[in-house]
Amino acid sequence: MTPRLTRIALGIAAPVLALAAAFLITSLVLLIAGDPVGEVWSTILSVPATRNIANIINSATVLYISGLAVAVGFRMNLFNIGVDGQYRIAAFTAAFVAGEAWLPGYLNTLLAIVAAILVGAAWAGIAGVLRASRGVSEVISTIMLNAISTYLVAYLLRKAAVQEQGSNIIATKEIPEGSRIPAFSLSDQAGTTVYGFVFIAILLGIGYWVMLNRTRFGFDLRATGRSETAATASGINTKRMIIYTMLISGGLAGLVGLPILFGAAYSYGSTFQSGLGFAGIAIALLGRNHPIGIALGALLFAFLDEQSNPLQILVGVAPDIVKITQGIIVLTVVIAYEVVRRIGVRIEQRQVAQALERAARDRAEVSA
Amino acid sequence: MSTLASAKDRLAAIRPKGRISPWWILIGLAAALFLLSVLQLVTGADDLASSGTIRATIIATVPIALAGLGGLWSERSGVVNIGLEGMMILGTFGAGYLGFHYGPWAGVLGAIAMGAIGGLIHAVATVLFGVDHIISGVAINIIALGATQYLAALTFTGLPGGGQTQSPTLGDVNSITIGPLSDALGDIEGSGIFFVSELAAGLRALVTELSLLVLLALLLFVLTYFVLWRTAFGLRLRSCGESPAAAETLGVNVYRYKFIAVLVSGGLAGLGGGFLALVASSNYRDGQTGGRGYIGLAAMIFGNWRPGGLLAGSGLFGYTETLGLRRGGESVHALLLLVAALLVIVAIWQWRRLRHVSAGVSAVIALGAAALYYSIDAVSGDFTRMAPYVTTLFVLAFASQRLRMPAADGQIYRRGTAG
Repeated sequence: MTPRLTRIALGIAAPVLALAAAFLITSLVLLIAGDPVGEVWSTILSVPATRNIANIINSATVLYISGLAVAVGFRMNLFNIGVDGQYRIAAFTAAFVAGEAWLPGYLNTLLAIVAAILVGAAWAGIAGVLRASRGVSEVISTIMLNAISTYLVAYLLRKAAVQEQGSNIIATKEIPEGSRIPAFSLSDQAGTTVYGFVFIAILLGIGYWVMLNRTRFGFDLRATGRSETAATASGINTKRMIIYTMLISGGLAGLVGLPILFGAAYSYGSTFQSGLGFAGIAIALLGRNHPIGIALGALLFAFLDEQSNPLQILVGVAPDIVKITQGIIVLTVVIAYEVVRRIGVRIEQRQVAQALERAARDRAEVSA
Repeated sequence: MSTLASAKDRLAAIRPKGRISPWWILIGLAAALFLLSVLQLVTGADDLASSGTIRATIIATVPIALAGLGGLWSERSGVVNIGLEGMMILGTFGAGYLGFHYGPWAGVLGAIAMGAIGGLIHAVATVLFGVDHIISGVAINIIALGATQYLAALTFTGLPGGGQTQSPTLGDVNSITIGPLSDALGDIEGSGIFFVSELAAGLRALVTELSLLVLLALLLFVLTYFVLWRTAFGLRLRSCGESPAAAETLGVNVYRYKFIAVLVSGGLAGLGGGFLALVASSNYRDGQTGGRGYIGLAAMIFGNWRPGGLLAGSGLFGYTETLGLRRGGESVHALLLLVAALLVIVAIWQWRRLRHVSAGVSAVIALGAAALYYSIDAVSGDFTRMAPYVTTLFVLAFASQRLRMPAADGQIYRRGTAG
């Protein structure tokens, strides 16, 4: 095998290995618990119906943006655990702004999106400033900010919300119809609509790639992530980079809840989906911070979530089993890449040694 | 004279900063109680230090403190443990399952065992495979949540009072009440004499239906302090967190110590979860931990990676959590006045040390708190519950130079790299 082929093979081997290990461990759990392993997998791995495909694309869109937000930080060695808090406070802001409808039609939508980005960025920026100016670990500060945002949103929601008669659910005002982002249907059947936001998500992915790989800023960011001392030595202001990166990560995080808001929920209530930020961490790891990798990771997670839904009815197994799979994937992916990297290094060393040996032999023959 | 002074300076330099001896904790508690009784007198918010509040505070403090203690063990050996939350969740299930089938004390063991399983995963991933500590912790939190929900649905569905999201009612862990003393103290508490009544309330909470698990938790704190700071084992364990390479050159088996530390960490966090299921409520419920694993981590940082400080931090978190639930609006409103008064003292102190900027900031915040106190009647419960997190952020922002975490905390160490 040529070195290039070896590298490609190893690159594919890692995720395949990780998935296989995760499936194996999950099967073991099922086996020990006495649940029907075969039926569980045949339900999950069956071909999804059109309706399910639409759901998968929808939740993958949301997870994708969350993954991108985390990945920006990762490229710079920053661990933005706070995506969870950032997207909730931003989604609330967007819902409030759009619900008030100060501007007509899509201008209103635009205003709400900008507000969400700004609020998400500001919330993450607190952690960025604390890290840059006071050396506070962003992991700890974003965990604190997550909790603070939970209570802050709960408080603001009670202030800003309208309560429907005879219902316990409180939510912001509904977004007017003219400001919603139109969805498109995969087929004529009902329930097969896909968020229009999916295109924005794709654009974000392209933008992410261009920013990191084709701009000076992206180079600085990656350089700082690789080695802060080397970056400082080459004239990069690493403290400013920390703040900028947290702002970008938070701005992206601000968009996470918007596909749901503008495509399905139309208001922010106490039942708005939570926990998307932590899924984003798993997906960014799974996709190795690459925009296409993250997309595949998001699709895989969304696929597992959607396909596990009927487990309870069909085979009597709690669908939470796929959460175990998802968590294990996070671990096995990291371990598999490390194992494969070590193997790759060993193969390379052997090839270099062989080449050197050959060269030495040739020289000996020439001189003889 | 000068040699004496310099020797004194050297001694002061050698004595580690940020230590809190047990006596200081008692004095601090008494001082806090005194402040609260002054505050009750001034503001008339009479639930600030009632025996009910103090008992609830103890119940709220213990799980946070146990999680933090778990974090302490792990981080002292150099392994950052974000997975505490997941290990606590596992603990709640362990307590629910074994507690229902074999009695509450089996539930305690089950909680410890389940937490330790979480710790085992963390140790294998971080120590053996060199996975980033934070990544492993996040993964454990995902796995633990999924596993408990899956297992709860599997084992509790169909049981009387049980279901997919909760276990049947569990028996109580033994608690002690010293009847006559409790009654007598109750009388004193009712007398309403300044400070004496609050002191009686505090003591009464300790002799009335005090769960043995609370005592066990306190014992674990003493034990942790003794083992980690007074034995050779503890010295070696902490050396792994400060400089694993140096430890290895001295013959310490770094992997083994880290494994032990992370396993203990998981067991303690699991026990904290078990406490939630067995003492703080009467069964396992989905989402019972409510992020207390993270709060425990914050309390540990707040306490500068020391057991005494950690206990004080947990107490603060537990107290604010309690106030959020019990007529919190009124109580926290009263606390605003205390915050304002304390900040004025801080401002004067900083001014005299010629730190005019921080003095000014303190004074402005003090003014703000006082203005808030006089402009509103009650603080929303949301802000009460927010308070400990905001406090931690401030502590991190303004005292981060005084905090000192273990030098090699969070670093991946591979055997044989000591050279």
